[in-house]
Amino acid sequence: MLTLLACVALLLAVLAGVAIGETPIAPGVVLQVLANKLWAAGYVLDPIDEGIVWNYRLTRALAAAACGAGLATCGVVLQSLLRNPLADPYLLGISAGASTGAVLVAVLGLGAGAVSLSAGAFAGAIAAFALVILLARISGPTGASAQIILAGIAGSQLFNAITAFLITKSASSEQARGIMFWLLGNLSGVRWSSVVLAVPVALLGLVVCIWHRRALDAFTFGADSAASLGIPVRRVQLLLISCAALVTAVMVSIVGSIGFVGLVIPHAVRLLCGTGHGRLVPVSALGGALFLIAADILSRTLIKGQVIPVGVVTALIGAPVFALILISRRNAR
Amino acid sequence: MSDALPVLSCSNLSYCLGDAQLLQGIDLSVQHGETLGIVGPNGSGKSTLLKLLANVRVPSMGEAFIHGQSLRKMNQRTIAQKLAVVEQHADTHDAIGVFDAVALGRTPWLSALSPWTAHDTTIVEQALSDVDAAHLRSRTWRSLSGGERQRVHIARALAQRPQILLLDEPTNHLDIQHQLAILKMVSALPVTTLIALHDLNQALNCDRLAILERGRLVALGRPSEVLTPQRLHATFGVQAHYLIDPFDGAQILRMRPF
Repeated sequence: MLTLLACVALLLAVLAGVAIGETPIAPGVVLQVLANKLWAAGYVLDPIDEGIVWNYRLTRALAAAACGAGLATCGVVLQSLLRNPLADPYLLGISAGASTGAVLVAVLGLGAGAVSLSAGAFAGAIAAFALVILLARISGPTGASAQIILAGIAGSQLFNAITAFLITKSASSEQARGIMFWLLGNLSGVRWSSVVLAVPVALLGLVVCIWHRRALDAFTFGADSAASLGIPVRRVQLLLISCAALVTAVMVSIVGSIGFVGLVIPHAVRLLCGTGHGRLVPVSALGGALFLIAADILSRTLIKGQVIPVGVVTALIGAPVFALILISRRNAR
Repeated sequence: MSDALPVLSCSNLSYCLGDAQLLQGIDLSVQHGETLGIVGPNGSGKSTLLKLLANVRVPSMGEAFIHGQSLRKMNQRTIAQKLAVVEQHADTHDAIGVFDAVALGRTPWLSALSPWTAHDTTIVEQALSDVDAAHLRSRTWRSLSGGERQRVHIARALAQRPQILLLDEPTNHLDIQHQLAILKMVSALPVTTLIALHDLNQALNCDRLAILERGRLVALGRPSEVLTPQRLHATFGVQAHYLIDPFDGAQILRMRPF
């Protein structure tokens, strides 16, 4: 029943994401386009409308849904495993590494044009994550969560510095502007090739986390407590953190680093439906998807004729919401 | 029954952290239904010993056994079905409810595909009433007092339906009424119990005591045999002698600094 409701909500959101925009398109036309494309229904439509719906807005909405769901799921997992309410998907140095990778490709022309910005970002993200995990393992005896967080901060600072260095040293102002725009999160360049990557990866992350819901619950009182409840702590941590890193790296490589989704959505959902991961994980994924679709609609319509980076919108909404959550958490004590 | 396999045992159990040898060459065996107290000064290795016996930490040398089977050859889940731990400092910032906190004890019996059943609910309810906490069922963890939290921790351990219960200073930070209530409750449980204790007079009620000093087992036996004035001097650095309570003839320890 709830699953059905969630699917309906998601479909309506995607529909809204496609229909609303600078050129509004009636929901009926949107459905006709979908019918044409999916079942060859043969409605006679304006090819421009058809093109906007199928090639621009639908890919955008689907990518927003997948990224929102993926980032929120990763946020839940990292907050639970590392026992830190401030953990978010970018904690592990992933977004910093992705930006360095993207800058290497865009500014220095690494890969001689054969490598796309996305591929560079993905490689950078994975490299940064590997470095952070290595640092955490060298410095900490038991893979303690504090070590991972500290290593993540160190890694992020390092890669951000490299990015800034590369931009000041070699980028033209035009390139710098493009990179900034990308870093703040940008759904404009999304095409079907990205969607068919983002959606399965988000679903895979979701399934893996729901599968481990009881293990995530068992971390409520810390890693030692989880171990005494029969959880193979090292293995679960390695699997789920790697999974979160992979999902985040894929999302960052497609849309840049969109902040606040992975931080705020899990906290908001905890307030609504409690701490049990059997519910928390899927509801967070749904919440993340709806939130990012809505943020994308706003980013396209807020200023006429201009698209605001979606990361700016999520932060503008996310920061006050996060403050509200903090206040209501105090009152709930 | 003395020739039966011990429920829990260890041989030459040692643990190093960096250069520090926290535990060295511990040999122990605990019989079915026994309550073994573990005492020793701060930093003598009581908590470490319990963590090694629960396989929460892996020993640097030696091994521990449940029913003669090495923990190294058992998976964590099987261990948790036989042995439960009540930690000393387990706390959470999550807004978890009491029932859900106790329900975590069912984790080793559930898999990703097996759903929560009415049977699990019954066990959780039973565990809550065993520790006299049924009335806390719908409270949140954060609203509980220290004594209530400790009882909920014990309920979670009981919900694991263990044969062995390890308790790390369960009376720490509790007022005297709750200390005595918890010890009475634990001694009435039908399980084999290992309990780390600070209060030596409370330790006198255990079946046997293991005394740890700087990571080594220095004495093992009945409380009155091992808690001698000489031992208290050597290990704890206090002057001690026994007094008889005129009220019921019980022996109590009086301790003074040197």
